[in-house]
Amino acid sequence: MNQEPTESSIVVCPDGPLIVRGDFELVTPSGEPVPRDRKTVALCRCGASAIKPYCDGTHKMIKFRTEPPSD
Amino acid sequence: MKIPAARGPVSTALFNVLKELPGMDGAALEALHRTVAGHLPETLDIIGDDDLQLTLFCLYELHYSGLEGVGDEWEWAPELIRVRQRLEKPFEAALREAAAAAAGNLDLPAEPGVTSDAVADVLFGLAARDTGPSLSRYVARKASLGQLKEFLIHKSIYQLKEADPHTFAIPRLSGRPKAALVEIQADEYGGGRPERMHSALFARTMRGLGMEDGYGAYVDAVPAVSLAAVNLMSLFGLNRRLRGAITGHLAIYEMTSSQPNRLYGRGFRRHGFDTDVTHYFDEHVEADAVHEQIAGRDLAGGLVEAEPHLLADVLFGATAVMAVDGRLSAHIMQSWENGGTSLRQALPAAA
Repeated sequence: MNQEPTESSIVVCPDGPLIVRGDFELVTPSGEPVPRDRKTVALCRCGASAIKPYCDGTHKMIKFRTEPPSD
Repeated sequence: MKIPAARGPVSTALFNVLKELPGMDGAALEALHRTVAGHLPETLDIIGDDDLQLTLFCLYELHYSGLEGVGDEWEWAPELIRVRQRLEKPFEAALREAAAAAAGNLDLPAEPGVTSDAVADVLFGLAARDTGPSLSRYVARKASLGQLKEFLIHKSIYQLKEADPHTFAIPRLSGRPKAALVEIQADEYGGGRPERMHSALFARTMRGLGMEDGYGAYVDAVPAVSLAAVNLMSLFGLNRRLRGAITGHLAIYEMTSSQPNRLYGRGFRRHGFDTDVTHYFDEHVEADAVHEQIAGRDLAGGLVEAEPHLLADVLFGATAVMAVDGRLSAHIMQSWENGGTSLRQALPAAA
């Protein structure tokens, strides 16, 4: 088995969702696990997904725009 | 799968060859080469050619799960590889032409130093303007039960081996694009749970409609363009030089999937089917919203960052899907709007 602690990361996708990868729990405010079927998930950032908290691609239809990352 | 019914002289000649063991029947092989040489120059539209697309499909099938009663040794028989390459050449040329027409005027990021996000932007831009006839909206609102079955039959040619053509690309990649492809494929293959493999979910949907779910069960029913849509993935997946194209293919496939799958699910629910049948579509709404980001940025984008000269092929792969899938959707819609079937023969009305 992997001895190293798994690194987790959140990828901030321009004009899109947050891709969460690695070792994490997704829970409700009371600590109940949110049903989850895959290791890496895309979390809705535009607010328009029909399957929140997950992304369903609707951001593309509503032309959701994020600020460009400042460098 | 079973050997399908031949659709012309070339597929007939191939099936005559496959009856024997490699090295046994020189005469049948010679006849096959002769037939291909005679038939190819007469082919004006190889993407729509039933005989040649079926021949390619069966040649490719030797690299997947094989054909019933056909010796496994045929997979690498040089004479058959040579036939495949003779067909692939004009097929690829036709795809490049169709893809260029679908691409139109593309605003490309200036080389060198194209970033993965810039590649993803171009691909998302392409996916957004894919404005072919909306099969998904028709399925959601209007399709009859018989049309839903036809829709599943067209899709079954690929979906019952979903993800397999792209898996061929894994050893051809390295680093970031390889890790991205493996991450997507692991999800496609159910994350270690066989019953969650996307191909298994699709089989469940077919069973839910009382249909046969064995791989290739409906190959005889579908027209050439349905086979071409799968053959192009095999072409891209099995040829290392086209590794850019297979990543572009997967990216655009994922980018044009979430919303259509939501609508497909709605169409099946409209006919009273529950999650047992719609799970395949519901799963893809969520999965492909993840995959489209990974495929666009890390897979296709990461590959172009590592090998900038592959940008053109990434875009070729993406626009080839748009061209061929657009043609298939147009065929299905046109057939249905004329009150006919989109299959080679109408399904029996029973069941």
